[in-house]
Amino acid sequence: MNLYELFNSLAADSARSVAGFQGELALCVTIVLLLFLRIPRLTSRIDSFFVMLIGSSVALYLAGPWRPLEQPSEIFTGLLVYDNFTVYFRTLLMAFAVLFAVFTKISGVPDRDAAPDIYALVLGATLGMCVMASANNMLMIFLGVEMASVPSYALAGLLKGRRQSSEAALKYAVYGAGAAGIMLYGISLISGILGTVHLPTMAVRLAELLQPANLEGGVGFDTHPVLALGGMMIMVGLAFKLSAVPFHFWCPDVFEGATAEVNAFLSVASKAAALALLARVAIGFGYIPAPVLVKTAPAASVETAALYNVADPPAEAPAAESAAENTEAKAEAAVGFAPLPNREAQIAALAPAREFIWKLVAFIAVITCTFGNLAAYGQTNIKRLLAYSTIAQAGYMMMPVASAMVLAGDNTDGARNAISAVAFYAGAYVFMNLGAFAIVAFLRNMLHSEEIADYAGLLHRAPVTVICFCIVLVSLIGLPPLAGFFGKYQIFASLVDAKLWFVLFIAGLNTAISLYYYLRVVKIMTIDPEPDTRRPASMSYIPGTFIVLITAPIVILGVWPDSLNALARIATGQLF
Amino acid sequence: MESTYLTLLSTVVFLPALGALVLAFFPREKTEAMKYFALGVTALVFLLTLIMALPSAGDWQFDAAVTDMQKVFSVGWIPSFNINYFMGLDGISFPLVLLTTFVTMLSMAASWPIEKHVKAYCILFLILETGVLGVFLALDFFLFYVFWEVMLLPMYFLIGVWGGPRREYAAIKFFLYTLLGGVFMLIAILMLYFSSDLKMLSKDQLVAAHVISPELSEGEQAARFAEIQAHTTPRRTFNILALQQLGQHTDAFNGDVLGKPLQWWAFLLLLIGFVIKVPSVPLHTWLPDAHVEAPTPISMILAGILLKLGGYGIIRICYPICPQAGYELAYFVCALGVVSMVYGAFAALAQKDFKRLVAYSSVSHMGYVVLGIGVWSAVAGNEFNADAWKMGMNGAMFQMIAHGIASPGMFFMVGVIYERVHHRNLDQFGGLFAKMPLYSGLAIGIFFAGLGLPGLCGFIGEVFVTLSVWSFNHTLAVVTASVVVLTAAYILWTLQRVYLGPEYKGPHGDHLHPMTTRELAIALPLFVLAIAMGVYPQMVFHYMTPSVNQTVDDLAGWAQRNAANLPQMAAFDPTAPAPVAPALVQAEIQ
Repeated sequence: MNLYELFNSLAADSARSVAGFQGELALCVTIVLLLFLRIPRLTSRIDSFFVMLIGSSVALYLAGPWRPLEQPSEIFTGLLVYDNFTVYFRTLLMAFAVLFAVFTKISGVPDRDAAPDIYALVLGATLGMCVMASANNMLMIFLGVEMASVPSYALAGLLKGRRQSSEAALKYAVYGAGAAGIMLYGISLISGILGTVHLPTMAVRLAELLQPANLEGGVGFDTHPVLALGGMMIMVGLAFKLSAVPFHFWCPDVFEGATAEVNAFLSVASKAAALALLARVAIGFGYIPAPVLVKTAPAASVETAALYNVADPPAEAPAAESAAENTEAKAEAAVGFAPLPNREAQIAALAPAREFIWKLVAFIAVITCTFGNLAAYGQTNIKRLLAYSTIAQAGYMMMPVASAMVLAGDNTDGARNAISAVAFYAGAYVFMNLGAFAIVAFLRNMLHSEEIADYAGLLHRAPVTVICFCIVLVSLIGLPPLAGFFGKYQIFASLVDAKLWFVLFIAGLNTAISLYYYLRVVKIMTIDPEPDTRRPASMSYIPGTFIVLITAPIVILGVWPDSLNALARIATGQLF
Repeated sequence: MESTYLTLLSTVVFLPALGALVLAFFPREKTEAMKYFALGVTALVFLLTLIMALPSAGDWQFDAAVTDMQKVFSVGWIPSFNINYFMGLDGISFPLVLLTTFVTMLSMAASWPIEKHVKAYCILFLILETGVLGVFLALDFFLFYVFWEVMLLPMYFLIGVWGGPRREYAAIKFFLYTLLGGVFMLIAILMLYFSSDLKMLSKDQLVAAHVISPELSEGEQAARFAEIQAHTTPRRTFNILALQQLGQHTDAFNGDVLGKPLQWWAFLLLLIGFVIKVPSVPLHTWLPDAHVEAPTPISMILAGILLKLGGYGIIRICYPICPQAGYELAYFVCALGVVSMVYGAFAALAQKDFKRLVAYSSVSHMGYVVLGIGVWSAVAGNEFNADAWKMGMNGAMFQMIAHGIASPGMFFMVGVIYERVHHRNLDQFGGLFAKMPLYSGLAIGIFFAGLGLPGLCGFIGEVFVTLSVWSFNHTLAVVTASVVVLTAAYILWTLQRVYLGPEYKGPHGDHLHPMTTRELAIALPLFVLAIAMGVYPQMVFHYMTPSVNQTVDDLAGWAQRNAANLPQMAAFDPTAPAPVAPALVQAEIQ
C-alpha cells in the first residue's frame, strides 16, 4: 500500500466519521469564535454569552440524530465508537452546556470580561467529556480524561483574587496530574500485555489469555498480576474523575473554593462523563460487543465487518475480513494464544475479568457511598455538604456498573437494564444537582453567604426557592415521587437482579443515613425561625423562574419516569 | 366498567391532593376560609366513601358479599418495569378506607386551634390523606411503595413545624425509622419482583389476579394468556394479587438466598417495614415521641390511621405472598405481638404524661393486631383449625377498626384538656368531672372503649384474638388474657387521677370551660361509634368477614397442600374432623 492509498482511505473514513462528530465540531467552532471575537474591536462588544448559547444549542442540535441509531459503528479508524450510548451522553452533556449558559447569565458569574475565557474552558471540558463518553481506545480514554480535566483545573481557580480558590485549583491540578500519571501507567501495562490499545480487540485478546484451557494449564499466569495492577491503576484515574474514595480529597476543597456555577459543572457534567467512561471501560474489558459494521471503507462492501486495530495501519481494514477473523489473527500474532471459536466462548472466557471488575467497582462504590454520607454530617457550608453529597451519589451510581458486570455473562437483559439505570440517574442528576447549585448561587447573590446556618427560616423570605430546594434535596435522598427515587430504585433493582446482597444492604443503609443531613438543610430553611438580623432581600423573578423550570423535570421524571427511561434503555440497547 | 372505577377510586385518592393544589392559591390571610375548605374536601372524600358503603349506590356500591377484589382497574404506568396504576377494594381495605376518610375529617375539624402557617398545614394534611388512601387502594406493589413513602414528608413537617417542644427530634426520629423500614420493604419488593414470573400461573389465576382483565371475552383472555406464555424471558410483575398467587401456588419464591429461602428474607424484611409502622416492641420507640410532640389532630391521624397501615401490610402482603415463611416464623410474629402488648401496658402504667400514656396504650393495643394476624399460621399439636385462624384474623381486623375509633378519641380528649390547662401531667389533674361533666362523660366512655369493656368496640377484637390464640398456645393465651387486667389497671387509674377526685388543683384551673360545639361534634361521633361497634359488631364484620375468611381459606388451602413440607404440620391428619369453634364466635363470624 502506498501513501496515496493510505491517504485515500483515511480521507474517506474521516469524511464518514465527521457525520457522527458534528456536535463536537460545533463545540470546537464555538470555542474558536469565543476566543477570536474578542480581538477585533467591532466584535469585542458582543456578549460572549450569546455566542456560548448559540454555539452550545447548535452543538446540542447536531449531537443527536434524534432517533435511535440502527447500528453502532466505529469512527475515526476505531478511536471512537458512535452508538446510542454515545448519543445519549453527548446529548446530555450538551444540553447541560446550554442550561449552564443560561444559568451563568442569570447568576452573573462569570462577569463579562471573564466570560469568553470561562465559556471556552467549559466548552473545552465538555468536548473532552464527549470524547470520554464515546472512547473506544485507551489513548482516547486518556485524552478525553485530560481534555476534561485541564480546563476544570482552571475553572476551579475562577475567582482569581481568592486564596481559597487558588488553593482549590492547585490541589485539583496536583491531584489530577498524579491520577492521570497513574492511569497512563496502568494503560501502558495493560496495552503492553495485550498488544493493542483498541478496546474491543483488547477484550478479545484478554478472553484468549483467560480462556479456560490457559487457566487450567497455568499458561499466562505471569501476566495476571500485571493485568490486575494495570486495571487498578486505570481505576485510579476513573475514581479521581468520579471523586470516589479514596481519590475524593480534592472534591470538598475544590467545591468550597470554586463558585457554585463551576461546582454545578463539575458535579453534573464531569460526573456524567466519568460514569459513561466507567461503563465503557468495564464493558470494554468484561464483554465482547457484537461486531461493529464499518460501512464506507472504499474497497470494502457495505457488509464488511472490520474491527480497526490501531496497532496496525488502518488501511488494512479494506481487506475484507470478518471482525472475528481479523482480531483472532492479530491476537494470535501478538499474544500467541489459541483463538476462541466464537463470541459466546470469548464472553464466557472473560468471566474472571468481569469478576475482578465488579469486585473492584463494588468495593469502591460501597466505600465511597458510606464515606460520602458520613462525612456530609458535620458540614456547615452548603457547598461542602453538596460536595460530599456528590461523592455519595457517585457511589450509588457506580453500583449498577458492578451489577452489570455480574449479569453480563448470562443475563444480558439485566446487564443492559443496569447500565440504563446509570444513564437514567445521570439524566435525573443533571436537574437535581444543577438545581441545587443554581439555588446555592442565587441565594449567595441574595444573602452573600453560603453557610447553611444563614439559610434559617428562609421559607418566609423566598418560599418558591425554598420549596424547590426541598424538592431537590428530597429527590437526592431518593423519596418518591421524584426523579431521584426512580433512579435509586433502578440501582436497587439492578443490585437485586445481580444478587449483590451486601452492596444492596449498604446502599439501603446509606439511604437512611443520607436522610439526616439532607433533611437538616430542609429543616433549617423551613422549621427554624428567621434571624432578626437578616437584611431585607428577595429573589427576583428571573432566577425564580429558572429554579422552577429546573425543578419541574424532577417532579415530572418522578411521576412519568418512562419518558427518560425509554431513552436510557435505547441508549444501552447496543452495549450488550 | 374499569373506566368508572378508575374515575371513582382516583377521585377518592387524589381529591385531597387536588384540594391541596387549590389551597396553594388561597390568599395568605384567609386562614378561616382555608380551614373550611380543607374540612370541606375531607368531608367530600368521606361522603364519597360512605356512599360506596350504602346498598343502593349502583356502580359505586361496595358489594360486601363479594370476597374478591372489586372496583378493580389497571392501566399502564411505567411499562419498562411492568408497573401499573392498579387499584381495587376488598373487605380488608374498604373498612380501613372508610376509617381513614372518617378520622381524617374529624382531625381536620380538630385542627381549628392551629394558628401557625395555616396554609402549609392544610396542604400537607391533605397530601397526607392522599398518601394513606393510596396505600390502602394500591394493588401494584410499586404504587403501594410510592404512596407509602409519600406520606413521610408531610408527616415530618406536620410534627416538626406544628409540634411540641421536642418536635424536631420526634419528627426526624419518625422519619428515620419509617424510611429505614421503607428501604427494607423496597429491597423485599425487588426480591419478589425479580423472582416472579407470570408464565408460572394458569389462565384462571391470571384472571383472578387481574393480569388478564376479567372483562375480556373468553377468546380475548385466551389470546392474552397465549401472549404471556409466548415470551421466552420471565414476565416479572409488581401485581400484588399475582404475587399472592405465585406465593401460594408455585415455588417461585423458594430460591435460595444466603442459606434461606428467598421468601423467608422477603417476609422478614417486609415484616420489619410493617411492624415499625404498627409499631411493635422493640421498634416502637419513635411512637411515644411522635405522639407526644405532634399536635392533637396529627396524633389522631397517627394513632387512628397510620398505625393501621402496618397491620394492613402484614395481612395483605406478608402472609399471602410468603406463606411458607409466615409458617416458619409463626412463633416469632406471635411473640412480637404478645411482647408489645405486655410491654406497652407496663410502659403505660409507668407514664406521668397523659399523652404518652395513650401512646403506649396504642403500642399495647396494636399488639393484639399482630398477634391476631400471626395466629393464622399457628398450629397446635395436630389440629388443623382454620376456624381459629379466621377468628384471629377477623379479630385483628376488627381491633384495627376499633382502635382507629377509640385511640383518636382518646388523643382528642387529651388534646381538649391540654388546650385548656397547657399541661399533661397526670399527677396535677383530678376533679375534672365536677368542672366539665359532659367532657368527662364522653372521655370516660371512650377510655372504656379503649379498655375493652364488653359492649364497647375494644372488647370484640380483644376477645376474638384471645380465643383464637388458645388453640395455638395456651401460655400465650393466658398472657394475652392477663394483659386485659393491665389495660384495665392503667386506664382505670388514669381515669381516677384525671376525672375523679374532689377538685382540680393544677395550673390554669380557671380555664376549664365546658366543651365547645366543635369539640362535641368531634367527640360525639367517636363515642357513638365506639358503642355502636361494641353492641353491633356486625356493622363492621358485614363488610370485612367475607374477604378476611377468603384470605384465610386461601392460606389454609396452601397449608393443606403443603402439609407434608411444614414442620409444624407433620402430624396433620387431613381426614380428622375440624373442631367446632365456640358458638358465640361462630355466630359473630357469620
